[in-house]
Amino acid sequence: MRALTWQGKHDVRVETVDDPEILNPRDAIIKITATAICGSDLHLYDGYIPTMKAGDIMGHEFMGEVVETGPDSTLEIGQRVVVPFTIACGSCYHCGKQQFAACDNGLPADNQDIGQAVYGHPTAGLFGFSHMNGGYSGGQAEFVRVPFSDVGPIIIPDGVADEKVLFLSDILPTGWMAAENADIEPGDTVAVWGCGPVGLFAVQSAFIMGAERVIAIDHFPHRLELARRFGAETINFEESKTYEALMEMTGGIGPDACIDAVGLEAHGLFADNVIDQIKVSTFLGTDRIHAIRQAIHACRKGGRVSMPGVYGGFADKFPLGALMEKGLTLKTGQTHVQYYMPELLTRILDGEIDTTFLISHTLPLERAADGYRMFHDEQNEVTKVILKPGMAQAA
Amino acid sequence: METQPVRATSDDAPFSTAKSSSDDDRLMSQAVTINRSPGDLFQFWRHLPNLASFMENVEQIELLDEQRSRWVVKGPGDSDVEWVSRITDEREGEMLAWESEAGADVPNSGTVTFRDAGARGAVVTATIAYDPPAGTIGRIIAKMFQREPAIQARRDLRRFKQLMETGEIATGARNRRLLQEGKN
Repeated sequence: MRALTWQGKHDVRVETVDDPEILNPRDAIIKITATAICGSDLHLYDGYIPTMKAGDIMGHEFMGEVVETGPDSTLEIGQRVVVPFTIACGSCYHCGKQQFAACDNGLPADNQDIGQAVYGHPTAGLFGFSHMNGGYSGGQAEFVRVPFSDVGPIIIPDGVADEKVLFLSDILPTGWMAAENADIEPGDTVAVWGCGPVGLFAVQSAFIMGAERVIAIDHFPHRLELARRFGAETINFEESKTYEALMEMTGGIGPDACIDAVGLEAHGLFADNVIDQIKVSTFLGTDRIHAIRQAIHACRKGGRVSMPGVYGGFADKFPLGALMEKGLTLKTGQTHVQYYMPELLTRILDGEIDTTFLISHTLPLERAADGYRMFHDEQNEVTKVILKPGMAQAA
Repeated sequence: METQPVRATSDDAPFSTAKSSSDDDRLMSQAVTINRSPGDLFQFWRHLPNLASFMENVEQIELLDEQRSRWVVKGPGDSDVEWVSRITDEREGEMLAWESEAGADVPNSGTVTFRDAGARGAVVTATIAYDPPAGTIGRIIAKMFQREPAIQARRDLRRFKQLMETGEIATGARNRRLLQEGKN
């Protein structure tokens, strides 16, 4: 089959590799009809995530048609499914508590050592996201092997376009959980750092959960415009001073809840970012944490900070004092996708949530490398790239 | 074989986690919580040939009688190491203790306990003591069995947990070829 493989920093290629097969009783093989490039794929593309190996197939946002099932899969051949990016068994203690991203069994035993050493506990298995996350082949390919197919994939009714439901795999539940983790109360003002897909879905979700005002922060005018379309006020951090603007816009109180939808590759020429970046290039593991620093700094006393943005290593100059002295609550984590999917699918089918506005480019899988370069280099215009294995290549 | 070290700490932590222990390199202990009843887990474990399904280095376990079994385990290079293990004590659904018989390539003994953990299932704790043989080959075996056993046992227990909780052992391999090549 054809698949997008990681070869090294800023080097991804579509190559011919051998097909996936059923290995365990609960497996299924999915023929991919649509897959997306995620902002966190750019962390791999930029070489920030360790334990990637040349030849690894990327991609954790995908959907398709069931073409083969193991004896214990509950799926049927021909069904259309969206697959969660977290690999969860459904039978351990954490899955029983609906904490699917904390599943004990999604990671192969040998791959659990790194997480155990670095984080104290092994983390969830993820598709196409390095060997410390399981070394699973991702979905930016023609076919993918899906373990625990009786637990993860959600069946999509016929007649619903891929574009409407594809983002159930990651970014919609991630934006939704980000807003849920902000414990939004009616009348709240919520500030969202980053108007990428997760930030924009967090804006939408915050309003649905009762926020009175949402203030969206970014430096790409087009992305801020998308946030404004959902009713958000905006701050362009290249034109305005974020903290000062937030304080004045909230009458000196500060936002009741702050959402960092940026993660470890914060942009901007801030002194702390430059220092962090030098450290990243010389001493692996210090994340660039400008967004979360600013979120904690701006959040009102007794407020909530939600951090869906991805971090992988250690933080320098983390404002621990502000967190404590202001009595803030910080919630974060990989998304419990399996838990949120059914409710969000219903909201999509009811017309309450539309995610198609995000898609700026649709390309054949063969042009995946172009997609990565565009998404990486032209972030203002390129908000979301979808890849379709079956799509004919333009001349 | 003497396997009970003298308690060296004043706290309630497991003795295998003591910072100063003369048995550091000979004794290891690992615990895992599994979402099944202690009885189920004991039963699976008590049928000793089952253990080869999740213990990576074990090639074969052959039952000799109710108490005795012959173990063939991957050794250094292409060699195998062997011993006959004898169950010295058992309490149905709770505990199993074993000891290798005289002539073992790597004399070893240990216990595995299954403790009820209510809604979380059961806590399985394996405590193993190894006695390295002398000589060059002994040093190689010692390196394998003394330095690695904690890691190996931890991985084996994780596979045991996966098998008992999910009915399968997780792999990141895409197909049989990659699985056989051990590429995850």
